Amino acid sequence: MAEFKEISPNASAGAKLTNWFENRFPTAFDAYRVHMSEYYAPKNFNFWYIFGSLALLVLVIQIVTGIFLVMHYKPDAAKAFESVEYIMRDVPWGWLIRYMHSTGASAFFIVVYLHMFRGLLYGSYRKPRELVWIFGCAIFLALMAEAFMGYLLPWGQMSYWGAQVIVNLFAAIPFVGPDLALLIRGDYVVGDATLNRFFSFHVIAVPLVLLGLVVAHLLALHDVGSNNPDGIEIKGPKAPKDAKGKPLDGIPFHPYYTVHDILGVCLFLMAFTAVVFFAPEAGGYFLEYNNFIPADPLVTPAHIAPVWYFTPFYSMLRAITSEMMYALIACVVLGAAFGVLKGRMPVVFKGIIAVAAAVGVALMLAIDAKFWGVVVMGGAVIILFFLPWLDCSPVKSIRYRPSWHKYVYAVFVVNFVILAYLGVQPPSPIGERVSQVGTLFYFGFFLLMPWWSSLGEPKPVPDRVNFAAH
Amino acid sequence: MSDTPIDSSKRTWLIATGCAGAVGGVATAVPFVSTFQPSEKAKAAGAAVEVDISELKPGERVTVEWRGKPVWIIKRTPEQLAELPKNDAQLADPKSERKQAEFTPPYARNGHRSIKPEILVAVGICPHLGCSPTEKFTMGAQPSLPDDWKGGFLCPCHGSTFDMAGRVYKNKPSPDNLEVPPHVYLSDTRLLIGEDKKA
Repeated sequence: MAEFKEISPNASAGAKLTNWFENRFPTAFDAYRVHMSEYYAPKNFNFWYIFGSLALLVLVIQIVTGIFLVMHYKPDAAKAFESVEYIMRDVPWGWLIRYMHSTGASAFFIVVYLHMFRGLLYGSYRKPRELVWIFGCAIFLALMAEAFMGYLLPWGQMSYWGAQVIVNLFAAIPFVGPDLALLIRGDYVVGDATLNRFFSFHVIAVPLVLLGLVVAHLLALHDVGSNNPDGIEIKGPKAPKDAKGKPLDGIPFHPYYTVHDILGVCLFLMAFTAVVFFAPEAGGYFLEYNNFIPADPLVTPAHIAPVWYFTPFYSMLRAITSEMMYALIACVVLGAAFGVLKGRMPVVFKGIIAVAAAVGVALMLAIDAKFWGVVVMGGAVIILFFLPWLDCSPVKSIRYRPSWHKYVYAVFVVNFVILAYLGVQPPSPIGERVSQVGTLFYFGFFLLMPWWSSLGEPKPVPDRVNFAAH
Repeated sequence: MSDTPIDSSKRTWLIATGCAGAVGGVATAVPFVSTFQPSEKAKAAGAAVEVDISELKPGERVTVEWRGKPVWIIKRTPEQLAELPKNDAQLADPKSERKQAEFTPPYARNGHRSIKPEILVAVGICPHLGCSPTEKFTMGAQPSLPDDWKGGFLCPCHGSTFDMAGRVYKNKPSPDNLEVPPHVYLSDTRLLIGEDKKA
């Protein structure tokens, strides 16, 4: 137990009250110091560093609006669509709460994609921040589950058929797939049982996991300290510190960054409310038009596509046809041949590589392309977890990497956007080809990263962060 | 760490207790996971459906619901039937040989995949990921379809195409032809879907 602090009887009432609490709940005061007033963040943050706080803000918006939506929503296949329309038309201000929630879902992904890209630019996932990144990727995965299950709840045509497609993805897994899909749906087709369990997951199970992961993400971040656009450690043994051991290149999170973030929050809320009030459907991207038609198990809408934030991954799923499998097999064979012929490693490992490649190719020939489409789509998310070990560049930040790395990242972003665009479009032969090339590039970017990231001459990294006082 | 020597007997019991606890924990998970299974009510649903097809004209389709899925009954025109054998080279499984138990009952293992040549009965769910394909009976070039299209179905989700016998074209996401459900003619114009044998 911490030492009990006595306070002068002449102290102000406020000071006495603070002292009363500090003696009884010192943890809260310690947490405030560790995470706010004495958490030193690098002073050279740029606008990319706003998206973490914004993600937290959107999480709060989603939880608060969600609580109020649950008060009026009915998770019943016969009533769900109607109850959403009831919220929109009859519940006072219900439309606002619902549009905040639906816009919040898209805003969440915009903010999180930008937040992740920031990590990519400045090497924020590099040692010692690997776990921060992994928790972040897990948050992204949980967010995808949350968004997917939430999308079923309005029980519109897109809700229904989107869920039908994604649940059937699991059925593609050999042997256990069909039973697993049955276990997820709780019926032979997506139905009332599915709606009820997705509701339960969406409002309680996944949010609890999400909150736990957010806490882990922040605690791990505060243990190792924030990265910065220069990728220089401000708290390392060599970093300059003042007489009290406080980093010279750091400033306390509160009040500096709390106030700084308020500016970002204001700008974000301006954009957010503009969408909520003037374009809540965002041209069919945030709320798809077909979802204003009640779910009909007998008719798939003429064109179905997931909501925009899933479309890059959906494009990769569509790209895997039986023709594409030959390209993938060629990649596996080439990769294995390269590893065996050029790799500097004991013969045993080369043998393992050769055998693994042979087994892989055999499986790729034996199992339907449908299953591999699912593997590719899942792999596109899972591969992010390994980024800390794939990046072998001697420097963290893009600022000190060889200039051409910027073009690689630019092509990666353009490729991701093209995949997202194609995922929204109806299937077409040209789109299929482009998405196949895009899929190969996406995986090439990550899988070949150990090679390309170590190429080129990095620029000299300064000892202190670049900072100009405003 | 303390310097106290390890009490191995205590450690053995700790491990044993831990294992017993884990077994209990797993056993408790069983009923929870079991609730994910289809309920008895869901299992009981799924009776056969009777359809009257006397009003069905050549080139038309009716859709009925069986086990929550759309089942199509299509009366093909003589021209459509004549085109079927010409498609074989472009199809993934023209003779319906893949997973026959699941997709093609014995009486539909023929060129037209049906009992009566003109009447096709098929589950309108794409074997790829479960969307319901759209009817594209008009022949010729049109968006998302090849220029020499001979009529059939297009899955709006991932672009699988099927011919007028529900057979999937090559190099499409769907690995299989459309499922032909168990069905039987009760009379010339009455069809029972969901059962093979007359009651």
